[in-house]
Amino acid sequence: MSKVKNVIICGTGGQGILMASEVLCSAAWRSGFEVKKSEVHGMAQRGGSVSSHVRFGDRVNSVLVEKGAADLVLALEKMEGLRWASYLSPTGQLITCDLVIEPMTVNTGSAVYPDVEKVIDDMKIPNLMIPVVDIARELGNIRVVNIILLGAASRHLPEISEENWFKAIEERVPPKALEVNKEAFRRGKAL
Amino acid sequence: MRKKLNEVNSGKLFLSGNEAIARGAWEHGVHFASSYPGTPSTEIMETIGKEYPEIDAQWAPNEKVGMEVVAGASFGGARVITTMKHVGLNVAADPFFTLSYIGATGGIVIVSADDPGVHSSQNEQDNRLMGRAAKVVIFEPSDSQEARDFTGIAYEISERFDTPVMLRVTTRICHSKSIVEVGSRVEIPVKGYTKNIAKRVPIPANARKMHSRIEARLKALEEWGCDSPLNRIEMGDKSIGIITSGISYQYVKEVSPDASVLKLGMTNPLPWKLIKKFLDQVDKVIFVEEGEPYLEERIRSRFLVDGKGSELMSVEGELNPELVRKGIKDGENLPLTFGEVALPGRPPTLCAGCPHRGAFHILSKMKASSTGDIGCYTLGLMPPYNALETVVCMGAAIGVLAGIEKAVGRDKMPKLVSAIGESTFVHSGITGLIDMVYNGNTGTVMIMDNSLTAMTGGQENPTTGKNLRGQPAPALDLEKLVLACGVKHVRVVDPHDLPEMKRAFTEEFDRDELSVIITKRPCIMQYKPKRKTVAIHDPEKCVHCKLCVKLGCPAISWDAEEKIPIINEMLCWPNCNLCVQVCPRDALSKDLEGVV
Repeated sequence: MSKVKNVIICGTGGQGILMASEVLCSAAWRSGFEVKKSEVHGMAQRGGSVSSHVRFGDRVNSVLVEKGAADLVLALEKMEGLRWASYLSPTGQLITCDLVIEPMTVNTGSAVYPDVEKVIDDMKIPNLMIPVVDIARELGNIRVVNIILLGAASRHLPEISEENWFKAIEERVPPKALEVNKEAFRRGKAL
Repeated sequence: MRKKLNEVNSGKLFLSGNEAIARGAWEHGVHFASSYPGTPSTEIMETIGKEYPEIDAQWAPNEKVGMEVVAGASFGGARVITTMKHVGLNVAADPFFTLSYIGATGGIVIVSADDPGVHSSQNEQDNRLMGRAAKVVIFEPSDSQEARDFTGIAYEISERFDTPVMLRVTTRICHSKSIVEVGSRVEIPVKGYTKNIAKRVPIPANARKMHSRIEARLKALEEWGCDSPLNRIEMGDKSIGIITSGISYQYVKEVSPDASVLKLGMTNPLPWKLIKKFLDQVDKVIFVEEGEPYLEERIRSRFLVDGKGSELMSVEGELNPELVRKGIKDGENLPLTFGEVALPGRPPTLCAGCPHRGAFHILSKMKASSTGDIGCYTLGLMPPYNALETVVCMGAAIGVLAGIEKAVGRDKMPKLVSAIGESTFVHSGITGLIDMVYNGNTGTVMIMDNSLTAMTGGQENPTTGKNLRGQPAPALDLEKLVLACGVKHVRVVDPHDLPEMKRAFTEEFDRDELSVIITKRPCIMQYKPKRKTVAIHDPEKCVHCKLCVKLGCPAISWDAEEKIPIINEMLCWPNCNLCVQVCPRDALSKDLEGVV
């Protein structure tokens, strides 16, 4: 029996985390795995931290990734990846978008936004920093940030074929946006 | 276009627990549903509304009414469902306890969606204790497949044993997705209404007989539970026996796949013979359950076994694989390679363009505050507003304001208004307002009417002019309603008109009589402007006063080096111009012409 893959997708409300986790789940299901995912709705949507846990494999029990067992932490916002870094396994990988969304605590001056790159270096966390804003601008669509991130993640998930990723994306984006999303995925994968 | 789910009659779907409950209800011939929204239960009704037109579904003004209408529909012979969050059952407790006595003509399923971890609630009560007190059957599914399956079994049990069935789920069941094998809908004819006074009128003479019947019912159900597929023993290593239910079962299987497990899908009444059989085969017992030590206390007091549970894990918050591993395996946990990093918090905030911001901004500027209620506007307590200082339950903003005045007197009354949303006001604020009129209170009640039940994701309510399926419905006129309660001074204000908002508070704080301010402006989820306009900042005119930042708008951040605000164009809301209004030097501008 193959090991269960543990993925955490995190960021802030309204960034497309739930859509990204739906795409990952669909792609994994299409690849023949049992899939479970968990997220919390409600208060988190009002600009708070949002996270989604996705687990897939031959047999999956818990819907939550255990601390210290995550193969991948995918962060749509720069600081949010750090919040979940303690979940990474010894061989885990962090992938971070370079997009900064300052929380209200920073806006109102009661906290300081950290130097994320420095903290990651100091802690020696294996991280891939993605210049998502630049890539999304080049592609002319800021909404594809989450798909760029999935493209980058796909290199660490060889059990899911590109065909299954594209089918999963196709299910969830309008036909006219399909090509730009596929291109976003390819750009992420090429990083 | 994706097919509606009522056209899918077999195969597998990837469903959340909430979607699976809706599916189970639909497949098992449910005719009628009535509920008030409440996280984490809301999507059950939303799914029924969107996917299953065969079920007549409606939003109720509150959980109590939802349960009463559902009770009536059951008396009429229909299969019914009502759904609520854990604290919603407190509101519906009155019909709940007596409906247990009366029983079910058409099958009754009551979904209690508990929120351990308090993700979006005001407490983390465990409603298995409520279900037991009401002497109803309790089912606890552990994933989406069971959520669908148990819902189906619940209808058979409800009708066969003449009892409401409580489906107790938790946030992680409601909002987790897994693969579900589905079937097609079986049409169950509505039995029709037959008069039966002995069954449905619990005057003392009847109620005593009903109580006897309930005790017999519980005995019969206990027998059923011992052979039911809902409860099962999974024998493994006999040195430890784990007794568990709900989502906790999945954590146990994850961290200790070889342990012996008694999985209880029905947790009231408990299947005592089956439990005894399990206890006899294992050396040591551990209880793994989220919330109160419900199974632990009941089973230990019955059999005097030396088992542990709540002291190994916790009665507070949610369980998770880490806590369960630690509890079962003597404190062992997976090694952590990377430690926790202390980071700035990211608390929820009022959205950019939120109508509530204007009212809280002014209250804050006036050094005034509010007794609060349950909704998005509870966020009025956060900085920079700090303009909300009490919350008890749905509707309590009004009673609490009245009570403070009764304690300290009109003269020493702090500058407080009641802050309550229109949906919450209809839910259970009206009675508080009637109390204020009747008992001679002064003070001001602010009904924050954003034309939507927003906190739960945006649902219609009796004031919005639409029903659950978005069809036109009569809209309750709040102004007339308030006048009819006997309030003499009522005014409607646009909360984004800051001078007017200020005038309203100033005048009403000075008034020696009871008044109501209705702040009326639609929620941004409700309103899709045709044209995108963003605030533009002119650094030449800026005097770096930060007044715009102090609005607490997520679209405005502060560039500490340049000492100017930065407008996030993605978040800035088209028809909002609060920052333009607060800027003393016209450094912010916005072209609002043509934005409707």
